Parts: sequence; structure tokens; C-alpha cells
Amino acid sequence: MSTIDSHASSAPASSGAGFACIADWVGTTDHKRLGRLYLGASAVLFVTSAVAAILLGVERISPTKEWLDVGSLTQLFAFERFGFTYLVLLPLLVGAAIAVVPLQVGARALALPRLAAAGFWLWLIGAGLAVFALINNGGPNGGNPRFVDLFILSAVLVLVGLLASAGSVATTILTTRAPGMNMRRVPYFTWSVLVASLCLVIALPVLTGDLLYLYAAHHYPSLGELAGNRALAQWAGFGFTQPTTLVLAIPALGLLADTAATASGERLRPRGPILLAIALGGVAVFGSVLQTSPGLDAGVFHIAVSDLIKQLIPFGIVQGLPVIGIFAVFAFSVQGLGRRPKVTAPLVFGLFSVLLLLEAATANLVAHIGDAQLAGTTFEEGAWLLVVLAGVVAAAGAVAYWGPKWWGRTLPDKPALGLALVLFGGAQLAALPLLIAGFADQIGGVFPAIEPGNAASAVNFSYSGPMELWNSLSAVGLGLTLVAVLAFLALAVRSFLTGAAAGDDPWNGQTLEWATTSPAPADNFAAVHIVKSAEPLLDLKPSTRSDA
Amino acid sequence: MIALSSSPAAAPRRQIFVGTAIACAAAASLFGGMLALFLRMRDAGIKANGLWVPKGVVVPMVPVNIMLLSLIPTGVFAQWAVYSAKRDDKQHTGVALALVGMMGLLFINAQAYIYSQMKLPANGGTYNSMFYTLTGVLVAAAIAGVVFSAVTAFRYLGGRTTDREVVSAHALYWYVLSAAYVLLWFVVYVTK
Repeated sequence: MSTIDSHASSAPASSGAGFACIADWVGTTDHKRLGRLYLGASAVLFVTSAVAAILLGVERISPTKEWLDVGSLTQLFAFERFGFTYLVLLPLLVGAAIAVVPLQVGARALALPRLAAAGFWLWLIGAGLAVFALINNGGPNGGNPRFVDLFILSAVLVLVGLLASAGSVATTILTTRAPGMNMRRVPYFTWSVLVASLCLVIALPVLTGDLLYLYAAHHYPSLGELAGNRALAQWAGFGFTQPTTLVLAIPALGLLADTAATASGERLRPRGPILLAIALGGVAVFGSVLQTSPGLDAGVFHIAVSDLIKQLIPFGIVQGLPVIGIFAVFAFSVQGLGRRPKVTAPLVFGLFSVLLLLEAATANLVAHIGDAQLAGTTFEEGAWLLVVLAGVVAAAGAVAYWGPKWWGRTLPDKPALGLALVLFGGAQLAALPLLIAGFADQIGGVFPAIEPGNAASAVNFSYSGPMELWNSLSAVGLGLTLVAVLAFLALAVRSFLTGAAAGDDPWNGQTLEWATTSPAPADNFAAVHIVKSAEPLLDLKPSTRSDA
Repeated sequence: MIALSSSPAAAPRRQIFVGTAIACAAAASLFGGMLALFLRMRDAGIKANGLWVPKGVVVPMVPVNIMLLSLIPTGVFAQWAVYSAKRDDKQHTGVALALVGMMGLLFINAQAYIYSQMKLPANGGTYNSMFYTLTGVLVAAAIAGVVFSAVTAFRYLGGRTTDREVVSAHALYWYVLSAAYVLLWFVVYVTK
């Protein structure tokens, strides 16, 4: 046995003044810094995307008074969809994974760290160029051909960057686990990250290939199905909606399982089925591979059984299994909490994020039943928004849980708990009205096309429900979400600057990251640990429950 | 402070090989998705216009087939490099890696020749843009392969002879590229 004797002070003095400090961060390959760079940049991009979404929400409140021109409205739709999906949702969770996974598996560093760093900078440059193109009317359905070209290429850069980082994380999990940590013993969060990363490796290249085709067809204009600025929505739209987006949020499942186990003070069981349930969430990736989303045609229940089965099987696999997986993780985690769980902010964030994800997956299931007649309505947008906000809530939970390990200071639990409630309430308020408006036939779409000179012709914000009510509520919900995220960021910054010093194991954790000092030193661990169970730290702690 | 059993730092388990395998999976997904869309568009084009390849376009099959055949020695040379590296045979490893790089250059040159012979305008329609994108991505992958061969050779000949997994990863990369070209050859050049 050896006692870990690494301290924060053993980390190399990395923070100099001015340019030296900036150079340190720009050239860093330390996974904790890379993860925080991803999280910080995504948080800034969340604010800009949320402002775009709120502007759209305000525009939609009154169907008769347009105060945005057609070009701006089109690009706001594109900004909201592209920004929330690939500049916020995915990088937030990739960032959390980069910052946490090496610590959880007992590794001293990220595998292929320069690849992960290159991935971050590619993503950031691509994000900047994409935003620039969108501002210049260059997104999907955009009117400026040169900037449409730029947007497509920058979207490719964004995807390649995220792929590189995801590949680095997956390699870390597969190659640098501590001795004794077989795949059944990896922490739940790490497992969920592995599932998500491997799904990304399969899904994102398909989308990238389509974007490359679209770029060629757009840059060398000619007639054909791939040509024109509308083709982007038609052929690449699958990458911006469910079930593809569900795959991006899978790490939320691992966060809940890990925080639930910590809150209960016991081993979360049954381990095998929980790992399987997390993996079931990844089945949604088949929707990306197929470049379509299998559904049930209208009137499907009145056709021959053999024809019904032909539709039910792909529908059940791609749309149904993720719902079962997400529900199972939620149910096992709640059951595992026991009678007297320690209610902490990370646990509440985890529960809320998976609840949002469950709602999203269920809504997605319903949206693909033809008889529900929800295709082409805002119902899809509501489900998508639930996925995005589930990811945001999960990322906030990750910061609340692992923040003390990253910067060595605690995040005040009670204010964080309050913000979790506000964030959850805001997310519900933002998304549910869109689902209801979808039932009332409000027109929507992934990148809705708007006819030049007639903003109301293609995107009709009026519908057969209480006029203005649902759109107003959704805009208010988005505003509430933005305020909650800003308040959480302020709380995190305050904790970073003036928070109370965190102990090495502030949550009474079970996994390896809590075996090193807070903040974790540059090389994470002074000694390489031998793991003998899935909860190596719990083996050393007295049980708190009588049934253990 | 938590006390756990500890051990000396273990060597990472074939990081470059696993990383390359993941990259190869991504490349397979990229080519698979692109070929699937190509087939879908071909089907739609034939249904709509009765033809897919524009009239007057002749695909020069000789360089196309040479590209296919060049992949056989490429695979053999890549495996020769792995075999020699395992036996610490620096000379043979270097020669094998250089031959793989040369075959890669031959592959790229043949594709450039096909472009020059076909004289296909990039803005001539769906077939044209898809043809250039699909084959262009494969050429880009081949250029990356040549760079991979050069880097592997320099590392190995520079004295990092224990980096055998890089040589194995290099071979894996070329196998996957070869498989992608075989599919492309059949779909784009044979069945057209």
C-alpha cells in the first residue's frame, strides 16, 4: 500500500503573467485545461446562441408583426440550430469528458493529447468562421453564396475538431486505464463517454461526407438535387435533429449514475444492466448511419401485419431502444439512491438532465408516429431543445461535481441547487410550449425555408391554438435558461476566485479521481493505482448503510 | 488522503494503434456514407433522366485498374515493414516503408491522370460534383497515407525502433484505404 503524496503544489508553475499565461493556455496539452477551454468557449457560444433563440422567440410571439427581415430570420434559425447543437451541446460534453475521463480511469494524461488540443483549436476556428458566415447571411437557405460556402467548410472544421477530441478520449479509455480496471469496472461516466465517443466516430463522418458533397455542389453551381442553398437542410438536416442529437447527450446518463452512487454512499447496482442501458442510448446512432430517421407511416395500424412489422422493427430499434435505455438509467439511479440520499447540486443536475433527455427521447418517439401528424411542426424543435438543454444541465452538473477537483475550491451547494431548479424550470418552459404548439400545427423544421419577401409564407408562426401564448412562454423559458446559465457561470467564477478550499474528496466519492489532491496536479496521480473493484475508493471506506 | 494499492507506471496499451483504428473506423464511416449517398443519387438520376454518367464521358479504365492493382503490393510492402520491424531489421523496414510511400504517390498520380483524361467539368451536374468529391476525398486520404509513411520511416530510421506499433498502425491505415478504394472502384468505375 502506498499513500498518495501528490499535491497541487507539485504541479509545474504554469500561470505566469500576461502573454506567458496566454501562451501556456494556447499550447497546453493538459487535459484539465483543454476540458476547461472547451467548457468556457461553449459557455460563451451558449450565450450567443441563446440570444439568437430568444430573438426568434420574440419574433414568433406575434405572427402579424415582423421586425426581422427574411435574411436575418433565416440565419437566426440556422444560428440557433447549428449553434446549440455543435457549438454548445456536443463541445460542452466533450469538454467535460476531456477534463474528467483521465482522472476517472487513473491515467496520468490524456492519450494523444496533441490530437485533442488540435481538435479544440480546429473546432474553435470553425465555430468562429461559422458564426461569421451566419452573420453574413451564409447559413442554410442563406442568400450570400460565398458565405454559404464558408459556412459549409467551417461546419466541416467544427465536426473534424470534435471528432479528433472524441477520438482522443476514446483512445484514453481503451488504452490508459489503471491496472485492474477492466471494462466492467470503468466508472459510469467514463462508460457513457466511451459509448458516445464511439457513436460520434460513426455518426459525424457521415454528416461530414454529406457536407463535402454539398460544398462541391454549391461551390460549382449546377442543377441537381444537391445544388442550391436549400439542399443543406434537406441532405444534412439529419445531423441536427433526433435521433442524432440524442447520441450527443449520452454522457448525461453517466453523470447521473455516478452522482447517484456518490449520494447514496453505496455501490449502484445492478452494474451490468446499467452499463447496458447506457449503451442502449447509443443505438440512436443508427439514425445517423441511415441518414434518415425511421418512423411509422400514417395509417400504419390499419395495414397488413407483415408490413407493420417491417416498419416497427427499425422504428423500435432507432427510436424505441434509446427511450428504454434512458428510462432504465433513471430508474436504476433513483432506486439506488436509497431512503436517505445526500441531496447535492450535482445529483439534482444529473436527475434533471436525464429527465429532460427522457422527455426528449419520448417526444422524438411520438414525433415519428405518422398518425400523430407532427411532422413539419414545432414539435420536433421542442424535442431538440429538450436534448440541448439536457446537455447544458448535465454540463453544469459536471462543473458542480468535478469543479473542486479542477480548481481546488468548492462550489456553494445551496445556490447551485437553486440554479438547478431554475434551469430545469426554464428548460421545461422553453421546450414544452413548442411541443404543444406542434400539436396545434405551428409550422417548424430543422432549417425552415423562408420565401424571399414573404416572411410569413413558409414559416407561419400562427396556429390553431391560443394565439401568442405558447410562443411567449417559450421565449420566457429561453430567457430564464439564459439567466440561470449566466448566474451559474458567475457562481463558478466566484468559486474559482474566492471559494473555500475543497478537500481531496469533498463528495465522499467512489471513483479514482477522488484519490488525488484537489486541484489535481499536472500529472494527475503520484502513483499508479491498482483497481480491484468498480468503486475502488468505496472499498476503503466504512459502509454507511446496514444492508451493505 | 486516500491509500490505495499502487504499482509502477505501466506502459500505455498501444495508444497510436488504437487511435489509428478509431480514425480508420471514422474513415470507413465517411466513405460508407458518401458511397451510400452516391448510390442513392445514381438511382434517382437514372429514374429521372435514364442516365447517370453524362453523355460523352469516358472513364479511362486502364489507370483505374492500375490503381486497384497497385494496392496489392502496397499491402504487401506495409506488412513487410511490420514483419521487419518486429525483427528489428532497420534496413528492410526502411525500404518497405519507402516502397509504400512510392506506391501511394503512384496511386495519386494515376488519379490525377484520370482527372486529366476525363475532362469532366466540376459544375456539370450532380454526377460531376459527386465524382470529384468522392475521389478527391480518397486522394486526400492517400496524401495523408504518404505523409504517414514518411513520418513512420523518419521515426523508425531516426532511431525510434521500439515504436513498432506505429508501423502496425501505418499498415492498418493502408489496408483500410485499400478496402475503401475497392468499394469505390466497384461502385464508381465498374457499375458506374
